[in-house]
Amino acid sequence: MAIPDSTKIEAREVNTYFGKNHVLKSVSFSIPEHRVTAIIGPSGCGKSTFLRSINRMHEIAGGTMQGTITLDGINIFDIDPVILRRRVGMVFQKPNPFPTMSIFDNVSVGLKLNGIGNRKSYQQVVERSLRRAALWDEVKDSLNKSGMSLSGGQQQRLCIARALAVDPEVLLMDEPASALDPIATAKIEELIYELKQQYTIVIVTHNMQQAARISDFTAFFYLGELIEFDETKAMFTTPKRKQTEDYITGRFG
Amino acid sequence: MTMQRHFEQELESLKTTLIKMGSIAEEALQASLRALLEGDRKLAEHIIASDDRINTLEIEIDNAIVDLLALQQPVAIDLRLILAAQKINNDLERIGDHAVNIAESALQMRDLRCTMLLPDISAMGAIAQTMFREALDGFIHNDPKLGNTVLVADDKIDAMNRAVIQEIVGRMKSDQKTIDCGLEMIRVSRNLERVADLATNIAEEVIFIAQARVVKHHADDQNPEET
Repeated sequence: MAIPDSTKIEAREVNTYFGKNHVLKSVSFSIPEHRVTAIIGPSGCGKSTFLRSINRMHEIAGGTMQGTITLDGINIFDIDPVILRRRVGMVFQKPNPFPTMSIFDNVSVGLKLNGIGNRKSYQQVVERSLRRAALWDEVKDSLNKSGMSLSGGQQQRLCIARALAVDPEVLLMDEPASALDPIATAKIEELIYELKQQYTIVIVTHNMQQAARISDFTAFFYLGELIEFDETKAMFTTPKRKQTEDYITGRFG
Repeated sequence: MTMQRHFEQELESLKTTLIKMGSIAEEALQASLRALLEGDRKLAEHIIASDDRINTLEIEIDNAIVDLLALQQPVAIDLRLILAAQKINNDLERIGDHAVNIAESALQMRDLRCTMLLPDISAMGAIAQTMFREALDGFIHNDPKLGNTVLVADDKIDAMNRAVIQEIVGRMKSDQKTIDCGLEMIRVSRNLERVADLATNIAEEVIFIAQARVVKHHADDQNPEET
């Protein structure tokens, strides 16, 4: 198994439950810093649950967790959840810009809610975030327009800009391109490739080819268990487990 | 500003490494012929010792190709480029081997003081080098016209090889003292003919990349409707 250069997030014996439903079973692996880690597996394998466990979003749906997840060595349960969710941002499958807000306000809303800065400093942050999300050139002359006026792909990049505005360290992405057309998907994928230079990215995807294209490391989950974790190159050329090989070659799942 | 896809950067890197390998193989071939024609022992030994560079690049390129195929799911021209690169990689390594063979013959011929048919070998060498250069240029510039030029030249060098061998066999039959030299010259001639074949292979791949046409084994001639 590949040893990451520097670990950002570490999961040790993570077991997650929704009521009596044991969704994640003794999951342990390390997510490296400034890399893209993809989580793949068939529907219901627990990949989205694991993702949401990282910033304790599973609790919102009534989930409970045993075991530990650490961020820079600190147990996530020893970090204030608001601060945790600022440091570990999330982008969801369906683009969800706030419908009543402008493009500008969509990006700056996180700063306002966290009491960071003022209107003047927001302008710098909004521009920087939109540039990082590769959206600035397309919207710089229409920042007062509604976020809903954008195309699907642009809305998703707006959501990424919104997450970046509060200066996270980690971006969790739950199938960020599955609702987008191929061109928009390609733009998101290329953006992810660029963003990893500054952020640690964990992406859940049901698209194995996408995982192969954009990730450095891949974790394969099945029925709540981590089956294999390795460098993506190794996973997709010489997987160690037969189950992994059967899944990525489409023999099941 | 449009971000260049990192996949395109990786393709470019693959092409650059292949061109570098082609350059080294080309130098090796030129040097081996010079060593042969000038009786340069040191140069011949250097060529033989340097073959590892080409072999190392072959493995590096092979690994890069596996990664690209596994991770990027290339299609259309990208797929053609990668598939062709795999074959060209192998052809370049073989040309490097033939340069080594010629260098080994150069050492033998220097010791035997052979001068038989050197002008003919020199002429063959010039054609083989030109074919190789044009095939490489075709790949560098994605130019199928250069590819076609190379295909046409292959028959000429085949004919020269046959003529050289026939001449040498005749001399060996009439004078046993020429056998050792004759065998080395036949070896050189065959190696040059193989270099020309490999240059032709590369040219065929150039046409495949640019035009999606398979011209090897005259496949194009058999399916005129598809051209």
